[in-house]
Amino acid sequence: MRAESPPDLKEILARYPGAERDSLIPLLQEVQESEGYLSREAVTAVGSHLKLPAAKVYGVATFYNQFRFSPRGRYHIQVCRGTACHVKGSGPLLGRLERELKIEPGQTTRDGLFSLEIVACIGACGLAPVISVNGEYHAHLGGDDIPGLLENYRTRIEESDD
Amino acid sequence: MIEPLGQIEEYCRHSRLTPCPNRVFCLTEGPLCREDPAAAAAASERARRMRRESPEKPVIFVGTGTCGLAAGAGKTLTAIKVALARMKFEAEVIEVGCIGLCSSEPIVDLLLPGRGRLSFGPVGPAEAGRIAAAAAGGKIPRDLLLGRHQAGDTGTGDDLPGLAEHPFFRSQTRIVLKNCGLIDPSRIEEYIARGGYRALSRALKSLTPAELCDLVERSGLRGRGGGGFLTGKKWKIALATTADRKFLICNADEGDPGAFMDRAVIEGDPHRLIEGMAIAAYAIRASKAYVYIRAEYPLAIRRLKEAIRQAREEGLLGYNILDSGFNLEIAVKMGAGAFVCGEETALIGSIEGKRGMPRPRPPYPAVSGLFDCPTVVNNVETLANLPAIVEKGPERFRAVGTADSAGTKVFALSGKIARTGLVEVAMGTKLEEIVFAIGGGVAGDKKFKAVQIGGPSGGCIPIQHLDTEVDYGSLKRIGAMMGSGGLVVMDEDTCMVDVARFFMEFIQRESCGRCIPCREGTRQLLRTLQSLTSRRSTAGLDPLQRFQSVINLKKLAETIKETSLCGLGQSAPNPILSTLRFFRDEYEAHVYERRCPSGGCVELRTFRIDPEKCVGCTACVSKCPAGAIKGTAKKMHYILLEKCVGCGACFDACRFGAIVRE
Repeated sequence: MRAESPPDLKEILARYPGAERDSLIPLLQEVQESEGYLSREAVTAVGSHLKLPAAKVYGVATFYNQFRFSPRGRYHIQVCRGTACHVKGSGPLLGRLERELKIEPGQTTRDGLFSLEIVACIGACGLAPVISVNGEYHAHLGGDDIPGLLENYRTRIEESDD
Repeated sequence: MIEPLGQIEEYCRHSRLTPCPNRVFCLTEGPLCREDPAAAAAASERARRMRRESPEKPVIFVGTGTCGLAAGAGKTLTAIKVALARMKFEAEVIEVGCIGLCSSEPIVDLLLPGRGRLSFGPVGPAEAGRIAAAAAGGKIPRDLLLGRHQAGDTGTGDDLPGLAEHPFFRSQTRIVLKNCGLIDPSRIEEYIARGGYRALSRALKSLTPAELCDLVERSGLRGRGGGGFLTGKKWKIALATTADRKFLICNADEGDPGAFMDRAVIEGDPHRLIEGMAIAAYAIRASKAYVYIRAEYPLAIRRLKEAIRQAREEGLLGYNILDSGFNLEIAVKMGAGAFVCGEETALIGSIEGKRGMPRPRPPYPAVSGLFDCPTVVNNVETLANLPAIVEKGPERFRAVGTADSAGTKVFALSGKIARTGLVEVAMGTKLEEIVFAIGGGVAGDKKFKAVQIGGPSGGCIPIQHLDTEVDYGSLKRIGAMMGSGGLVVMDEDTCMVDVARFFMEFIQRESCGRCIPCREGTRQLLRTLQSLTSRRSTAGLDPLQRFQSVINLKKLAETIKETSLCGLGQSAPNPILSTLRFFRDEYEAHVYERRCPSGGCVELRTFRIDPEKCVGCTACVSKCPAGAIKGTAKKMHYILLEKCVGCGACFDACRFGAIVRE
């Protein structure tokens, strides 16, 4: 499917020779970008590269909302819960997504297709409520748009698998 | 590594090691080093072409900022290209940033030779063909027209309305957003042709850092991130502190939900920010600068990195900038999604690779900040104001706005309002002007209830205070604050208790946990608010006790305000205090009657089944997560109110409209 495989852990670490503590967050971000989440092995490897105990790395990683410790779905759904989206009904929208996917934010569906995440603000407040699926934005959504939207992505997978 | 710098003229002997101090002028007006009318004419012709003053063929501009893309600008862009190819007509198609009128996105501009630049919106893929046809000389689709950019009579004899007369733009004063949506953000040449980097040249050539600090202090520019500290004063402290290394940090961690000004500036006009940063870094003698930007803004990050690369290439960043002896490198640091990192000491911690937790001040970062060196942290909008201040002079800047707050402020207008988007108004403009004249009032025929300003640290302003002028002092007096500039409009359907709970949930989740008032206090506040907006958790409390909890709510909120460590905690109770002050009746309805007057609290909603319409299909029974619906197939169902959680799953599931919301 992908044109080029993402760089593996070793390659990423090799790009930061003699790195110090201030490279910790960029390193974790790159690892997560390529692997989709922070595995235990990755955290230990980053720690030993920066000469930091794994506990310190976890301490930083768990502080920030961006880092995930379990794999995410093929389609990663981010629901904006900013003020404008809240006022325009992102709460019920999130509820509908939870019911349709039968997962809670932070979880991945059993078939590994969808994962759900709450983000503070995507910054498209003028088009609230907004969700983003793998970086593709969907604006002015209502609860009833959800089943069709998910179905759309499911067929996309079937097509690409054929 | 020092690579050669592009020579402008044949005889030009400047290189990266010996840069030309007049490079920016040379690019737009021709060489200053020798008399050469031909070169001067060529340079101004080049600049005119870059400004697209008299284009040879039509140009189509598609607004592809994040908001444009969310509205479908990507599809529009493809559709326009397809339509042009089909007509075999050649026109330049350019992607630009956001002009600010989000509710009309996707916005497409059409620049016709001799007829000026016209804005259209919303242009979906279906309308793209009409724009392409108009470019090829066909009819101008008037129903989509927003207006013409050039003001007054353009000598074309048609009666197209000017964009400046559009109600959204009429009362705006654009300094920071001047170029947004107009220029191609991916080309430094366009920014330079429109007068960009002149302020930096001037500062480096004729001002010392101390003079520059003084100039900015005289302009009255105050921090646009919310605090409102005098920028020039902050710089003076950092300049006066002796150290080997000093840093400038641009705070682009726009965490306030409901604010997107910084994103739009970076996406639409990244070079304005870079120029501002270079000016600020020179003023405090910093040679390294960081942009701390949210990871949620991938497009802004991409555009910013590209812009930094171009500025380096032009010799406007890097070693010995414009032969002034001043060096500057800018690095982009991505945030990792923590709201508290908008606080400057937490932000510094995060760049150092630590947990983003604030530390007590003093020492202020201007004295001891990043890696214990003097550090100035400025917001995107603050920095983006600098080129105009340096170029036009502090007096011109002071002339806009009020005595206490000079200049303009960019607001992100959203929520239940007719025209959403990004507006820049002079300080001292009345809120009602922004909400009703610019924003067009509440969408639909609903009634205005409040406008929320300043994000989770701000307050809700009701209709009777809408004549408040926006400046730092006036907003503080009514219990709100400028914040970073989010304005969210709420109508009669929005429950103010629910809004307070929403913000408290946000603050509670984002509290870093270092100081007790914020960590534990906000938890208590949230609990009390949850007991008001949910159905069962307060069972057993009589109305008197519940009312007492509201009184304690206020006391606790004030304690948190006085004792928290950083700005996040100190302003965290503002949403509660302001809603309590202006919407006490709503709190009382929740406390005494367990009723939500505006229907915004999901859990306080009740549903019933209309016996006339129910066919007994059991769809709702299987969807109900609480098992609150009873009934067998083909018989009418009923809802057990004491079990119902108000989620509305049955309402969504019913295909016969038999579920009624009370």
